[in-house]
Amino acid sequence: MSGKKLRVATTSLAGCFGCHMSLLDIDERLIDLLELVEFDASPLTDKKHPGPCDLALIEGGLCNAENVHVLRELRKQCKILVAVGACAITGGLPAQRNNLDVRDCLRSVYLSGPGLAGGGLIPNDPELPLPLAQVHPLHDVVKVDYFLPGCPPSADAIWQFLTDLLAGRTPALGHGLIHYD
Amino acid sequence: MNGDLETAKDATKLRRIAIEPVTRVEGHGKVTILLDDQHRVHQVRLHIVEFRGFERFIQGRPYWEVPVMVQRLCGICPVSHHLAASKALDKVVGVQQVPRTAELVRRLMHYGQILQSHALHFYHLSSPDLLFGFGSDPGPRNVVGVLAAYPDIAKQGVLLRKFGQEVIRITAGKRVHGTGSIPGGVNKSVSPEDREELLRPLPEILEWAQAGVRLVAALHQQHQDLYDHFGTVPSSLLSLVAKDGSLDLYDGVLRAKDHQGAIIFDQVEPQDYLTRLQEEVRSWSYMKFPFIESLGPSEGWYKVGPLARVQNCDRIGTPLAEAARQELLAAAPGHLVHAPLAYHWARMIELLHSAEVIQELLAEPELGGSELVGKGPRGGGGVGIIEAPRGTLIHHYQVDDQDLVTLCNLIVSTTHNNQAMNEAIRQVARQYLDGHEPTEGLLNHIEVAIRAFDPCLSCATHALGQMPLVVELQDPSGQVVARLSRGVEPIG
Repeated sequence: MSGKKLRVATTSLAGCFGCHMSLLDIDERLIDLLELVEFDASPLTDKKHPGPCDLALIEGGLCNAENVHVLRELRKQCKILVAVGACAITGGLPAQRNNLDVRDCLRSVYLSGPGLAGGGLIPNDPELPLPLAQVHPLHDVVKVDYFLPGCPPSADAIWQFLTDLLAGRTPALGHGLIHYD
Repeated sequence: MNGDLETAKDATKLRRIAIEPVTRVEGHGKVTILLDDQHRVHQVRLHIVEFRGFERFIQGRPYWEVPVMVQRLCGICPVSHHLAASKALDKVVGVQQVPRTAELVRRLMHYGQILQSHALHFYHLSSPDLLFGFGSDPGPRNVVGVLAAYPDIAKQGVLLRKFGQEVIRITAGKRVHGTGSIPGGVNKSVSPEDREELLRPLPEILEWAQAGVRLVAALHQQHQDLYDHFGTVPSSLLSLVAKDGSLDLYDGVLRAKDHQGAIIFDQVEPQDYLTRLQEEVRSWSYMKFPFIESLGPSEGWYKVGPLARVQNCDRIGTPLAEAARQELLAAAPGHLVHAPLAYHWARMIELLHSAEVIQELLAEPELGGSELVGKGPRGGGGVGIIEAPRGTLIHHYQVDDQDLVTLCNLIVSTTHNNQAMNEAIRQVARQYLDGHEPTEGLLNHIEVAIRAFDPCLSCATHALGQMPLVVELQDPSGQVVARLSRGVEPIG
């Protein structure tokens, strides 16, 4: 790196924020990292939409139209796109709904769940983004440059990946850093 | 009350402003505001825009998978879901009271979780607003900016969170999405070495936790008018309390107070929650609106979380946190505190309390015991309620004789605060936006009110939504992967 910081965007699509937690789990190393990188759009900053950036770390799969829009916007803006964690790579646990009929789910949750006042109703508003029939991994929609597995990937794996990239090496996770749970 | 700002009388000629996405919170939410030509506010809504379907796809799974599956609702408070599910499923394996060692390990895990989540929320997410100003330059208004301007405060936040995460790692196996708790108990106890490792940093942790309380209390005292009135709307309060009325975040009975502090109900056992609480659905959000049944949907909304808990309980059982609680109560003599910004103060009191409880638990000899799982006659279901960092969390399951889940009902903390957050942002819109051209700084005031509740919007997106329009999903080469539209069978 020649003085210029690596510009990094992060987002969580249909995920749980656990991969972002694992990024923060680098603990004090976060302070060292911030010497080398700066954040663009991220849930950790108030920049709502990404500008041109070097790296996008994306957790979560695609469960609605808004997820797809955000992913495409990031793909356009970033040089390297990383699918971080199980949901981004396979759809993860939210993809458990892929064998269910959405209409049955709707009825089950909003019309017949316990404790519903007045019989319930199914939310329907232009402000609510369109759900996809199935949850998709990122590579169904955009080119993905790296896959960082784990639910979530450990802080050490994320650290190894980032420090390799910052040093200009092809990222390689050594023994113990690749796991899928 | 701001009920008139929920739905504009005529939305056709109004200008729409969206805060999308709401940042420095967890999960997916947006705020829409409708204004007229004079910038008068006619409608303000916090929408939860994502759905993930946990309540439905848990059905049909073997019950023993559930504590590990449902924690994937949320990566910030996975332990809360892990434990609420375990507590509900204890009843299925016939355990009314888990062995003492299991209870101690679970409590340690839970208080570690409260500590790390509260630290994350205050230092990493909310402190930039409080330290730099609500309308300050958005560039450095984040944790990186805090690290540059207030390095000691930010580093303490990073290390407090680290400590809480280490408590979780040692009790649950890993920091995010561990496996320590199972129906009927836990799968490991705490070794003497692990106990030592956690005891070593505790003196500093306690010191920093007290500094955190002092910091927030000082912010309140310096800007008392702002902190007292910003987005403030009185409401009822709900939380678990211990049977003796003291603060207990792991277990207890439900208590609700009205906005003046009179008891609405008390000593309600978790399995009876449906006799007291109901939920309403509104068309514009995937998040339901719970209310206290006896007060009805318009009057029965309530707040949960730190500010509700420290005022709902009769006392906190640890000395430093109780002294801090008395100071908070003394700031509003004779009435309850309803100010959203006071959530931060209450949250830091609970962070301190968690550090004290962790210290007490680490001194318990039975934390390292070997009786980990209880046994009893098989049951058909159960309700588990826990106080998650953000508030009361309810898990309710029924299981058939094949061990498969047949019913799953979750009321997560943020859902309880749905109306409270909507009321707060409508109040802030009235106080700050009405009649002014909305700037980034003014709009951040809306987000400041939301952040005070520390919403976990991922948690709140477990329900499934409708397909209102048409969407097409293309792969990188432009091939259609999936297409779907209302009333049409999905393809792909």
